[in-house]
Amino acid sequence: MSKPKHIPQNTLLYVDGVTKSFDGFKALNSLSLIMEPGEMRAIIGPNGAGKTTMMDVITGKLRPDEGIVMFEQDIDLTQHDEAEIANLGIGRKFQKPSVIENLTVFENLELALSGGRGVFQSLLHKLSNQSFGRIEEVLELIRLQDKRSWLAGSLSHGQKQWLEIGMLIMQEPRLLLIDEPAAGMTDEETALTAELFKQLAQDHSLVVVEHDMDFVKALDCPVTVLHEGSVLAQGTLEQVQQNQQVIEVYLGR
Amino acid sequence: MSRSIIVSFLMRDKVGNALLAVLLALAIIVPFCSLVFEPGDTFYLSSYWVTLLGKYLCYALLAVAVDLVWGYCGILSLGHGAFFALGGYAMGMYLMRQIGERGVYANPLLPDFMVFLNWTELPWYWQGFDMFGFAMLMVLLVPGALAFLFGYLAFRSRVTGVYLSIITQALTYALMLAFFRNDMGFGGNNGLTDFKDILGFNLQHSGTRAALFSLSALALAGGYLLCRFIVNSKLGRVLIAIRDSESRTRFIGYRVERFKLFVFVVSAMLAGVAGALYVPQVGIINPGEFAPLNSIESIVWVAVGGRGTLFGAIFGAWMVNFGKTWFTGAFPELWLFFLGGLFVVTTLWLPKGVVGLSAQLSKMRRSKAASGANTEAPVQAQAVEAEPQPQQASQVAPEPDKQAEPTPKNLDQGAANV
Ligand SMILES: Nc1ncnc2c1ncn2[C@@H]1O[C@H](COP(=O)(O)OP(=O)(O)OP(=O)(O)O)[C@@H](O)[C@H]1O
Ligand SMILES: [Mg+2]
Repeated sequence: MSKPKHIPQNTLLYVDGVTKSFDGFKALNSLSLIMEPGEMRAIIGPNGAGKTTMMDVITGKLRPDEGIVMFEQDIDLTQHDEAEIANLGIGRKFQKPSVIENLTVFENLELALSGGRGVFQSLLHKLSNQSFGRIEEVLELIRLQDKRSWLAGSLSHGQKQWLEIGMLIMQEPRLLLIDEPAAGMTDEETALTAELFKQLAQDHSLVVVEHDMDFVKALDCPVTVLHEGSVLAQGTLEQVQQNQQVIEVYLGR
Repeated sequence: MSRSIIVSFLMRDKVGNALLAVLLALAIIVPFCSLVFEPGDTFYLSSYWVTLLGKYLCYALLAVAVDLVWGYCGILSLGHGAFFALGGYAMGMYLMRQIGERGVYANPLLPDFMVFLNWTELPWYWQGFDMFGFAMLMVLLVPGALAFLFGYLAFRSRVTGVYLSIITQALTYALMLAFFRNDMGFGGNNGLTDFKDILGFNLQHSGTRAALFSLSALALAGGYLLCRFIVNSKLGRVLIAIRDSESRTRFIGYRVERFKLFVFVVSAMLAGVAGALYVPQVGIINPGEFAPLNSIESIVWVAVGGRGTLFGAIFGAWMVNFGKTWFTGAFPELWLFFLGGLFVVTTLWLPKGVVGLSAQLSKMRRSKAASGANTEAPVQAQAVEAEPQPQQASQVAPEPDKQAEPTPKNLDQGAANV
């Protein structure tokens, strides 16, 4: 593996020249992206632009064909698997809500609680009062206090999204990758989610993929536009909305 | 969804506790009936029955082992019969060596079949099996080691679903072919048999039979308790998470392959213990025990009883085997068709097995009672349908350690995704 010449100081995530093809089709084409600690970034782009594939590469689900993916300047993420990357401090919410349907809301959060990932640790695990309190806090944050004993499978689509976000928070990651969080949410829920993310951005770095422009606007953060596997434009939402190329491939349609 | 019923029903595992009580009672009553009463008495149990019931207990333990990996962790092993058989062979080797000079060839060291093959030395892998303790260790270690090796390779390469099932089936089939060979040194075709005694107790004696029965009952109770401890721990919830969404579990940071390996090895060891208790009761172990069909049968037991509940597996093993005993007596050639039909019926109409059916029935009875009780009934019944969780929601802020207790919901929905 070729080590990058210089990774700028104080970067949390450094993605450079990443290419990933499926049967010759380049889902990611020399993609580059830098995230600083405490930064929130919205990623937009047409269907098939490679947004989810980018997250797959960062979280170890896919190995890039080429390129560099570094976390905290010196951890090469391409050398780690999903579980290791999760434990390094990168949490991910999937595009399709993915919670454990046959466990309760509470148990889903308990499972995601940071620490105790070993087999025997799990076998002998006892929930401390402190952890219990932490789960309560998150239950309140995601507004599912009343539904703590519900099976996650019986929640509405939007509630599942929130539960999954709650699970992310429980993991105490440094970087959160969130794929289309507002899908299936009511307007009110969407607004609350944007609030929640802004709150989270105070002490986490967030990458948020979203198609809903009102939501992106509410996030009020720098925007990166992906198209055909690489970055088409970057800037504030206003700036990219005025970009002629962006209008052509995405917004104008 | 009849969650409330199942939850209250399982919260403290009433069924399981009742089952444990029954097992303990059986461990006392069956020897009593067999030893204290004389043939002809109403309560007399012949050795035939003691042995038959003892066999069912061993099958039930195998079913619990299968349920742990399949019902909870979603690993559909079609090769668990191999672990059962290996445990059985380890016990059989001990029993063979106990025969000593009482064999046909009166060789103090070599079992008859080796003398017959003109072997002059005891193979290295037969060493130590004259010691009961060593043999019992092997009952655990041999199936455990094979499961570890197999699981390590399969789970690390992320072999799942049908592919995993097929290679587990291939594993037991390959072992069957290997054990059929005379030069393997396990008695070939005939296997190991003509056992005389265990720890000095005559295996034909009804007291020994009764003791083996009681031990099987205790082993089943112990196996149940162990599995219940596992599935009620946080590890059990990780297993359910793996079953429901393996990739999600990885992205939360759990090393899925290690958890699978752990339950697979524990389960294989339990199956080994079941096999070891089975062999002295039936008096023989041969390569037929590795037959793929045996492993498939154990899956049918669990499916019929209801997977992901542990006690369902036990009920399933008992029901199907009682059925089999009766059926093979009445229409021997139809048994396999019946078994196949049973599996199809269960898969199509009883995804949660008999345990799920009983929950369904009591729910129907409840809503019927509601509609019979007053004129506003339809509305009421509907309300039950539409809002299945009122009891849950009102259960405010459980204590932390309370939360760590049984997670019974999987019974309700777990069986849905094969
Ligand atoms: N495993 C795969 N095998 C083959 N092609 C794939 C695979 N995963 C993604 N692709 C292709 O790569 C391209 C990028 O997909 P990706 O899911 O990253 O897009 P996206 O930007 O997330 O789109 P959307 O907004 O629809 O979620 C698509 O054309 C998709 O069909
Ligand atoms: Mg996507």
